[in-house]
Order: sequence, then structure tokens, then C-alpha cells
Amino acid sequence: MARKRSKVILREKEKILDKAGIEKIIKRLAHEIIEKNKGTEQLAIIGIMTRGAHLAKRLANAIMEIDGKQPPLGTLDITFYRDDLSVIAEQPVVKKTDLMFDITDKKVILVDDVLYTGRTIRAALTQLLDFGRPQFIQLAVLIDRGFRELPIRADFVGKNIPTSQKEIVEVRLEETDGTDEVVIMEKENNQ
Amino acid sequence: MATNPSNKTKWNKKDLLGLEELTKEEIELVLDTADSFKEVLTREVKKVPTLRGKTVVLLFLEPSTRTRTSFELAAKRLSADTISIAGNSSSIVKGESLTDTAKNIEAMNVDVIVLRHMAEGSAYMLSKQVDAAVINAGDGCHEHPTQALLDIMTIRERKQNIQDLKIAIVGDIAHSRVARSNIWGLKKLGAHVIVCGPATLMPKDVEELGVEVSYDINDAIKDADVINVLRLQMERQKEHLFPSIREYIRLFGIDKERLTHAKKDVLILHPGPVNRGIELSADVADSPYALILNQVTNGIAVRMAVLYLLGVQKGEKQK
Repeated sequence: MARKRSKVILREKEKILDKAGIEKIIKRLAHEIIEKNKGTEQLAIIGIMTRGAHLAKRLANAIMEIDGKQPPLGTLDITFYRDDLSVIAEQPVVKKTDLMFDITDKKVILVDDVLYTGRTIRAALTQLLDFGRPQFIQLAVLIDRGFRELPIRADFVGKNIPTSQKEIVEVRLEETDGTDEVVIMEKENNQ
Repeated sequence: MATNPSNKTKWNKKDLLGLEELTKEEIELVLDTADSFKEVLTREVKKVPTLRGKTVVLLFLEPSTRTRTSFELAAKRLSADTISIAGNSSSIVKGESLTDTAKNIEAMNVDVIVLRHMAEGSAYMLSKQVDAAVINAGDGCHEHPTQALLDIMTIRERKQNIQDLKIAIVGDIAHSRVARSNIWGLKKLGAHVIVCGPATLMPKDVEELGVEVSYDINDAIKDADVINVLRLQMERQKEHLFPSIREYIRLFGIDKERLTHAKKDVLILHPGPVNRGIELSADVADSPYALILNQVTNGIAVRMAVLYLLGVQKGEKQK
């Protein structure tokens, strides 16, 4: 069975954030999280693979710098919980979920890079609740680009970016892409 | 562990018929995916919704407890629906052919058929006739891919890498699909494989698979990293393929004393069920060398990985 996909060419349209910009946002989010939760008591940071996990680690470090205590850190791979497994062309490569602590009664900060349709977050919430019963879950994202398909919103937003659905927001991080930046890519359908 | 998250291999096979047809990268993809599923099995809720709405049929036309149970549990852990059909309780006894049975099952819109059958090549034949993904759970003396995958996963967990390990497979090589699948898989991953057993239970031209052949057990397990001990099928004695059980124990049975020839940290695998005191002495079977129960645990993770890789693809194909 041949998998045919129209060739999509991506063109860089605009650079939204650079290294310094991302750093500032992480610091600000760390302050906001501590303020809203009145400290770091019972706090746990859980990032969604892959880039959310790296951001979660940076956030945990930033919180450590402010408060002196490093909250427990975990990563979630939501592949098994996706609702689009039977529609996407190839099944995604499964990465590891790593939650070495009990989340029951924790104040969980869920971290992802881009909030878009909300479906990833839905999958992450379902999965988290299979692990235990946290006190609550708050959502922190670097970028909120709109176009929600589910009633989900973030508690902490790095930057709101108005986009069109033809565009793709790419978060590039040192750990995975060798550079820290956020850019908007535009699709050109070329057939 | 040896998980390699940068494994970019894509799975594009409809079926899993044997390890002969898989590439090294595809084998590693299954093993890496299985590592992720093993983590799921340690959770409090040992179930993920990945294959919700999919149907897996377990068509076992030859007796099996552990493989069928393992597949069934793997499918249930993935939230798939399972139907189990055993040979003696199905229309097979009324003379229905495998093809007809399969066509009928497929007309019920199933996504995956797991087949255990006494005839070599049956899974291959079935895969050509149905759109559902077919997983070979043992076809005669040919292949038993998921068993070999779980064996390799168990070795990899302890030794990190298969490359250059010396692995001895001991017993009835001729009638063993486990041995054949292991040879294919281990050779592809770069192991040095040596097979050992009575000459009457050694397949002709087995060297062509790239293995070394030995008829002396002490020689075969000398400096071995892993010994995979096969189950002795008692019915073979009636076929006069070996003179007596006692002689077999004396020449090929693995006991503590014999193990001194192998490496100090040798691993013992056995596909089960063990004939205690025959191919393995009881003290070896219960020793820390033996990873028989680890194999059983890993079997579920491997089968979840295979069901995931094949089962997810099915929905996409129907589109």
C-alpha cells in the first residue's frame, strides 16, 4: 500500500522568540507558578515528550533557583493515549514515560511547548489520572496559538501568538534542535 | 537499558511472520517499543487505550497455554477486544479449512489474527488471503517470532548489546521453531550462535544459517554468555530420535557442574514449560542464572509492541 502525501514546503515566516526571550519566559513562568501555588509545597513538574519534557526541566531548575527546592520532575509520552492513532500516516515512535514518584495529592504542573487543538493535553490528562489522583493539575505552555478543539485552557502561558491554521509554530530547543528559538512556518501547497 | 529513542525506523509490514524477513532495525524497533510497554506494566493501572475499538482474534489450532495467555493479556492491556478460538472447539473439527475459517473471521471485521498452527508456512498463507494483520504465534517447525523477540529482549536487558555475544542453543534444534527464530534474530544483531544437540535432532545444512554446530555440550557452552535451553519433546523418543531420556540428560542436560564451563555471569533462557531434571536440573532452573520468569514478563511487553505496530496500521489502511 503506497502512502501518498502532497508535498508541503515550509517557509520560515517570522521569528517570535530567541534564546533570551525563551529564558525570560521560563523565569517568569517559574515566578507565576510559585506565586499562584504559594510556594513549592507538594509541587511536581511533568513535561510532555519531547520538547515539553525539556521545558519542564528548565522550569524545575528555575523554580529551584528562586525557591531553593527542586520539585520532582517527570515525563509523559502520550502516544498510547492519542485519539488519532488510526488516522495518522505512520504510528509515532514510542518514547518513555518516566514518573518515578506517586502523583497522588501532588499539585501537578503539566508542561508542553505549544497549545493548539488541546488534544495532546486531553491525552496527557487521561494518562495522568491513570497514575493516581493529584490534588489538581495546572497547565503551563510556552506558546498558545489558539484553535482549540476541546474545552481546555492553560493556567500559565509564555506567549500568545495569533496564527492561521496554514501556519506551523516550531519550538526549537538546544536539547533537541541545537538552538533556542520559536518560529512561525508557513505552508505552501506545491503540487 | 539499550533503548534508543533516536530509532527512526518506520514499521511498514502488514504482518509478523518470522524474524527471517525482518531487518536489524525493525527488530530493534520492536524491542525499543517493548521497553516502553514494559514501563506500562509497572504502573498501577496496567492498561492503555491504544487499541480501543480494535479486535484481535487468537486462532490457536495447536495446544498452547502460555503464548495464548500472553497474547490475550497483551491485547487486553492495549484495550483491544479479544476472541479466542481453539482447534478442538471450533469448526476445524468439522473439516473447515484454515482459509475458510479465516475468511469467516475476517468477515466479522477483525483487525489482527494471531495464528498458531501445526503446519509450516500456515501464517504466510493466511496473510496472503486476509487484509487483517497476521501474527505468527508458531507455525510447525518453522518460526515463532515473538518468542525469539522476548528472548532477545531478555538478553538485551542484561547484556545491553547483542553484538559479539556467544549464545548457545541446546536441544532439539530440528523441531524447534524457537531455535530457528532465535538464530535469525540473533545473527542479524551480530551474535555468535552455536547450536548443540543429538545428531538426530540437528537439521540438515543448519550451518547455512550462519551458526556453528557442536555435538559436545561442554564445548558448546564453553565461555558462553547465554545458553538458550530448548524443551525436550518426549514424543520424539517414540520416533527413536534418541535412545533414552537418561542418556539425553547425561549428554545434554544442563546442571550446576556443567555450567562451570560457561562464563561466570551466564544467562539461562528456556521457552517453557521446563522438564525439570531433564534438559535443566532443578537447581539451575531455580538459580539466579535462569531468567525464565523474566522471559514471561517480557513476553507480554513484546506482544504489546507487536500488536501496537501492526494493529495501529490497520486502521490507516482501511481508510
